[in-house]
Amino acid sequence: MKRLFPSLILFAALIASCVPVDLNAPIPAFDTGIDPNTWAQIPAGEFYFGQHEDVETTDAYEIMITDVTTAQYVNFLNAALDDGYVKLDGEQIVGFYPGDEFHGVKHEERIDAGDWLFIPLNDPAQRVKFDGGRFTIQPGYENHPMTMVTWFGAWGYCEYYDWRLPTEMEWEKAGRGIDARPFPWGDEIARENANFYSSRDPFEDMNSFGSRTSPVGFYNGKKYGDYQTLNSASPYGLYDMAGNVWQWMGDVYEGMHYRFMRGGSKDTYDMDLRLWVRNNATPTYYSPGVGFRCVRDK
Amino acid sequence: MQFIKTRFNYLFNSTKGLILVAIAMVAVVTAVWGMLSGPMAELGVRDVVIKALGMKIVQSEREGRIIILYHSIAMAIVAIETYMITGLLKIKPFFKTAINAIITVGYIVTMVFGMGFAYFGHNWAFHGLYIFGLSLVFFAGVMLCIALYPWNPEYYVTDKAYAHTKSGLDLERTAFFATAVTTVISALFGAVPGSFFGNGFEVFLAENIIRYPEKTTMEYSVIGHLHIMLALICIMITLIIGRWLNFKGGWHKAAMPLMILGTIVLNLGVWGVVTPLEPIAHMIIYVGATPSMLAALFLLIWSWGKLIREGTTGIAKPTFGQKLRALLRDPLRFGPTWQMLFMNFTTSGIGIFMAVKLDEIFRVWPAREERIELTGHWHVLSAIVATIILMYYGDMIGLKGRVRQWYGWLIIVLSDIAFGAVTVFEMKRLFITEAEQQPLVNLLMYLIDFGLGTLLVILAVVMAWRLIDLFKNKGRWTEEQTHELAQEVNQ
Repeated sequence: MKRLFPSLILFAALIASCVPVDLNAPIPAFDTGIDPNTWAQIPAGEFYFGQHEDVETTDAYEIMITDVTTAQYVNFLNAALDDGYVKLDGEQIVGFYPGDEFHGVKHEERIDAGDWLFIPLNDPAQRVKFDGGRFTIQPGYENHPMTMVTWFGAWGYCEYYDWRLPTEMEWEKAGRGIDARPFPWGDEIARENANFYSSRDPFEDMNSFGSRTSPVGFYNGKKYGDYQTLNSASPYGLYDMAGNVWQWMGDVYEGMHYRFMRGGSKDTYDMDLRLWVRNNATPTYYSPGVGFRCVRDK
Repeated sequence: MQFIKTRFNYLFNSTKGLILVAIAMVAVVTAVWGMLSGPMAELGVRDVVIKALGMKIVQSEREGRIIILYHSIAMAIVAIETYMITGLLKIKPFFKTAINAIITVGYIVTMVFGMGFAYFGHNWAFHGLYIFGLSLVFFAGVMLCIALYPWNPEYYVTDKAYAHTKSGLDLERTAFFATAVTTVISALFGAVPGSFFGNGFEVFLAENIIRYPEKTTMEYSVIGHLHIMLALICIMITLIIGRWLNFKGGWHKAAMPLMILGTIVLNLGVWGVVTPLEPIAHMIIYVGATPSMLAALFLLIWSWGKLIREGTTGIAKPTFGQKLRALLRDPLRFGPTWQMLFMNFTTSGIGIFMAVKLDEIFRVWPAREERIELTGHWHVLSAIVATIILMYYGDMIGLKGRVRQWYGWLIIVLSDIAFGAVTVFEMKRLFITEAEQQPLVNLLMYLIDFGLGTLLVILAVVMAWRLIDLFKNKGRWTEEQTHELAQEVNQ
């Protein structure tokens, strides 16, 4: 019996770890009051860039105050499908990308002109559904950031409206303002500032599906039921610049096919939410923790 | 006064006392700073510790803090290995005293003032003392190289059981010497870029720049430094374990030249990353790593054979079961080489697998997933070295009977559960998606925390026992004061 007991506990734990996660578990619905169609004005000028606070300069531009939502992306897909801008290819949506110059650097992979994956449709974590004619949204996710989108899918969205993905400099300036703060709202981070790993927000259940995205602009100082958030807007009024989802950047660097991401996500510890932290992946990568927002020139 | 003097003499003037102090220092740092990350942070323990100890944590300085933390622990481990070397090998008394004294002051100054600077506000005098401590450890390393110089006829061997040249040059001592010399040289590959980047405090963690196609020479130097220093610590502990177990015979003769060759070639490969040889540096490293790992395998084969032979003495034709029992009867002598074998599943094997599957893994996974694999495998490798040290320490303090069995097996089983879980965690993306991973992650975290946490508790118990022992007039420490490691080499 003495030997049996620990074995049973271990067996039970193993079984528990094999239980499939319910990816369609009900998700709380909250109206954050933040309009995702709003753009912030970023003035031209100097700012502190990177962990070591290099002084850099940008021109003036406008940037979305939130990540692109699932609803916005679905509107785009329906319009773009009608226009022939995107097309169905098996169980994925693809679109044309003009390609990058190849330099033959070690580990670099070719990104040639052609159709590239925008979003997969057969992944159970995909919140966008397609009935063969129209795209719809899984209920509850309308005001959540669009995820499961590749870099090409993010690039394609911005291009469709004559916008573009932000450069790393533009993104960081929009999140940081002109001082050297590590987080959009200041120097320290609390659980109520952002959606990050095990931040105990109303959308996560670490015993089951783990972290999930929160509606864009959720951390705006409002109280949702019993959950009081802190106003975590950046100096220019942008939300979710730390946590929730990584955001694709527009930079294409010479000699590497990887695309960069900023901001950390619901799946990362707070250290990755610092504004200068970079992540990268192949441009066909998609994840429930990666989204994007766009910028436009003034 | 006499009470304090005798204890001080034991703790700072005997090999076993010095090792005890260093293990205790590492244990304290591990216990306290282990509460600042991972699940402890999730549970809110980190915030409590930071407040309770009055730490000053600045977000932009995290990477710098971690580098000082790594170095503080590493210097203590290097000191432990040095004590073992000066206790096991023939070293002139002056060198032994000088090396042990300098390295002790060095690692303690490094640890106390380094951690003081990194976590408790920036007192620049502390930073200076931290650098001073590192310099002392370096200086002790130079002295160790001089002391180990193998071409002194005084150290020549004639016993045919041990690897030596025709003239009598002790190849095992030469292997120790080669490892010590290359360690000292490789330290410079960290010191130079450390000064370069530290001048402006532009610190970075190597795992965060690994995918950048263009790296500066200084960045390559840092990457090379961290890899080779850990590899050299592993090579040195392998040599130490071999000496403790009295490695000899045909396997010894085959292993030692390989160890020398492997160490030198491995280092040449790593040093090559800052030269025009960089494009082929990895190939040279693989070439160097192979003989080193082969030599460790020879030690394993010899030591397991010896354990089986000794354990089946008197049995004419031992069965497989009897041989297995003989092999496993002493966890402290079986454990170190088992951990070396287990390392292949958690570190080397993973590295090779990743290299083979480069197109399917690193080219597809996001950088943060790659970072988990990178940091995971070298944390496991470091921890494996720590468990080997603890097993040797268990033997040198004379654990016997059931205590020896429990101590040894708990270290092996608990650490291997944790390391195995870390390895699955690193590789999880191969078989589970991000959206579905949480239950598996939870299980793995429980296993990791259970394994490492219980291991730390065992270490705490041992340290508490040793502390109580120090208050006894005729405690175990009085015997340890007079016994040198070389006298206890397994015959």
